[in-house]
Amino acid sequence: MDFELSEEQHKFRQEVRDFLEEELKQGRWQPSCDAWIMGFDPAFTKRVAQRGWIGLTWPKECGGRGWSFIDRLILTEEMLRYGAPAACHWFADRQIGGAIVHYGTEEQKKELLPMILKGEAYVGLGMSEPDAGSDLASLKTRAVEDGDYYVIDGQKTWTSGGSYINWIYMVARTDPDAPKHRGISEFFFETSLPGINVVPIVDITGGVHFNEVFFDGVRISKKCLIGEKNRGFYQILHQLDYERSGMERLMANYPLFEALIQYAKETKRSGKPLSEEPVTRSQLAQLKIELEIGRLHMYRVAVVMDEGRAPNWESSMSKAYGTAFEQHLASTAMEIAGLYGQLSPESKWVPMLGMAYHSYLSSKGYSLQAGTSEILKNILALRKLELPTG
Amino acid sequence: MDLAFSEEQEMLKKMARDFLTDKFPKTAVKEIEESDLGYSPEVWKEMAELGWMGLVFPEEYGGAEMTFLDLAMLLEEMGRTCLPGPYFSTVVLGGLLILDAGSEEQKQEYLPKIASGEAIFTLALTEPIARYDAAAIEMKAAADNDAYILNGTKLFVPDANVADYMLVVARTDEKSRGEDGITIFIVDAKSPGVSCTVLKTIANDKLCEVVFDQVRVPTENILGQLNQGWSEVKKIIERAAVGKCCEMVGCIQQALDMTVDYAKERKQYDRPIGSFQVIQHYCADMITDVEGTRLSAYQTAWLVSEGLPCTQEVAIAKAWAGEACQRVMALAHQIHGAIGVTIDHDLQYYTRRAKAAEVTFGDASFYREVVAQEMGL
Repeated sequence: MDFELSEEQHKFRQEVRDFLEEELKQGRWQPSCDAWIMGFDPAFTKRVAQRGWIGLTWPKECGGRGWSFIDRLILTEEMLRYGAPAACHWFADRQIGGAIVHYGTEEQKKELLPMILKGEAYVGLGMSEPDAGSDLASLKTRAVEDGDYYVIDGQKTWTSGGSYINWIYMVARTDPDAPKHRGISEFFFETSLPGINVVPIVDITGGVHFNEVFFDGVRISKKCLIGEKNRGFYQILHQLDYERSGMERLMANYPLFEALIQYAKETKRSGKPLSEEPVTRSQLAQLKIELEIGRLHMYRVAVVMDEGRAPNWESSMSKAYGTAFEQHLASTAMEIAGLYGQLSPESKWVPMLGMAYHSYLSSKGYSLQAGTSEILKNILALRKLELPTG
Repeated sequence: MDLAFSEEQEMLKKMARDFLTDKFPKTAVKEIEESDLGYSPEVWKEMAELGWMGLVFPEEYGGAEMTFLDLAMLLEEMGRTCLPGPYFSTVVLGGLLILDAGSEEQKQEYLPKIASGEAIFTLALTEPIARYDAAAIEMKAAADNDAYILNGTKLFVPDANVADYMLVVARTDEKSRGEDGITIFIVDAKSPGVSCTVLKTIANDKLCEVVFDQVRVPTENILGQLNQGWSEVKKIIERAAVGKCCEMVGCIQQALDMTVDYAKERKQYDRPIGSFQVIQHYCADMITDVEGTRLSAYQTAWLVSEGLPCTQEVAIAKAWAGEACQRVMALAHQIHGAIGVTIDHDLQYYTRRAKAAEVTFGDASFYREVVAQEMGL
């Protein structure tokens, strides 16, 4: 048993921090919350790609470094800590590249991975539909075979990638007669194809990073099929373990945490800084405690992945825990901000650059996306604890 | 980073579990709890023969030279089986403190006695003011030629009723109020002037009031340096807090296992209650709390094993563990229904111990303040 990181890993963390510090010094971007999903900055993604930091865990023969998931966790932890605008490449790096490495043909790997590695693929996930959220297997979007093509008709919703999305990784029904879990396939193709209409959804914060995507007779080459036809549901479950596994479920609002501590130190309401008030001290310490417990969960998930196992229940646990923490962080920040918490980011007098306001609203979605906390707890109960079904 | 135990550790764990499960069925735990001694001298001897008392002592003192991490695993198993008795007091509170702060003569005098099971130790630290900071030490130790005279009251002293020796924390410099001027004394429990009353507690764990009335302690029985004892006391509080966290892991893991088993078996409305989603989600919440406690307890145990600073990590682990235990036990009771609220059901052993562990060696409020200071607030 060893809770220490290696010297190389410490050095790598420092290398990432130095890079991000330099970026800030150059005034290239401002730290922000949810930057991993809303911070679109193609130039930043390019700079990250140039350092070889996309595809860190992919095998070397696929263009990656063959590094560990702990190494990737260190990289992403620092990106989140600094609130760096990594949204353009996050999804491709986190799971799509891995899906292609795992399920793709050699030809697909040669054709698709390089653009991800170069930071040129801004991928959105086409999973949910208006009538298919937690019950993903009930999806209706069709992919009908037509010679060397599939024709896609239907609609996806909550597709990330904002207005930058240029590739979509989606699941569609290829066999309507099979039981619903066994008639679904995965596809990966460009959103510039005729018949695709990307319509932004404005979220509760006023931000735009999710889309509806309409498919009207979209013809895609059969080469766009990833993995096995009709095995898409099982492939996606594997991908979901990775989607749920990351530090972004815990530290997406870390800039707020730091801003909150600073705010408490600088703000006086009754003669002394809030940070010297017992209640505030206790609240901030409790957040720190919950954050550190969360980091242990996250590192454990990475250890499981490095052991070659799918972190099925472990990432369900870490995501449900992490998103609850983020909601707690946001509500505590609003509590400490008091009356000021209701000021929106553009308002005069707004504290903490409006991050408490933003996170309070944004965090309502965390326990829903990529697996609702209810679904995740079902997984813990049924798969890990083996409790019976009804 | 590697979270697996070694093969030897797995063997120690299994052996400990088998031994403790065999020796301490709940009928035995109940009997011992209700006895005056609060432990089984026969099993105590067997534990010594297994090398458990001297587990982390160097070989020259009769020890097995294992690590604090190994001890942590043992403590988890003890928490799981509700081991009654002065193991924690003797080994963690007594043994580790002598190992750290003792002179060579003192180590040679006392450590082999602990390792052989011959001597039971405890730490007399807390006073009626009931706090774990230095200013809470008010008991006086006044110099008198080649000795010190101790006067005062210690409360919540574990196993003082059976201890052969007590490590007593007292204030030797009456002008000081803070961390300076505190000294640790090795006191023979049978010294004239020492009187011990066992308190009735929720965990039936023989916490005692110990009154010191003109108790004479030779100067050579000072453990560590005169007036410099607090830094050692602080370290032992940290170690004890980690040890308690490990016991708590065993406690709530067992509570979880019992609860899941019960949910699978108990039927209402013609189906196991574990098939209802609310019960499933309660169990999911429980295992999340258990895992967080487990990860943080073992991280801190590893830090202690490696001799690395861990004040913040200990504070985080103990604050977390105490509150996690309460959540787990609350849900365990809710799922067990009425049967779990009887004295005949085993669940209550864990409920009572979890509450005691929560407040011992610092509760969540205490450690939140430590974390706040570590954060620079």
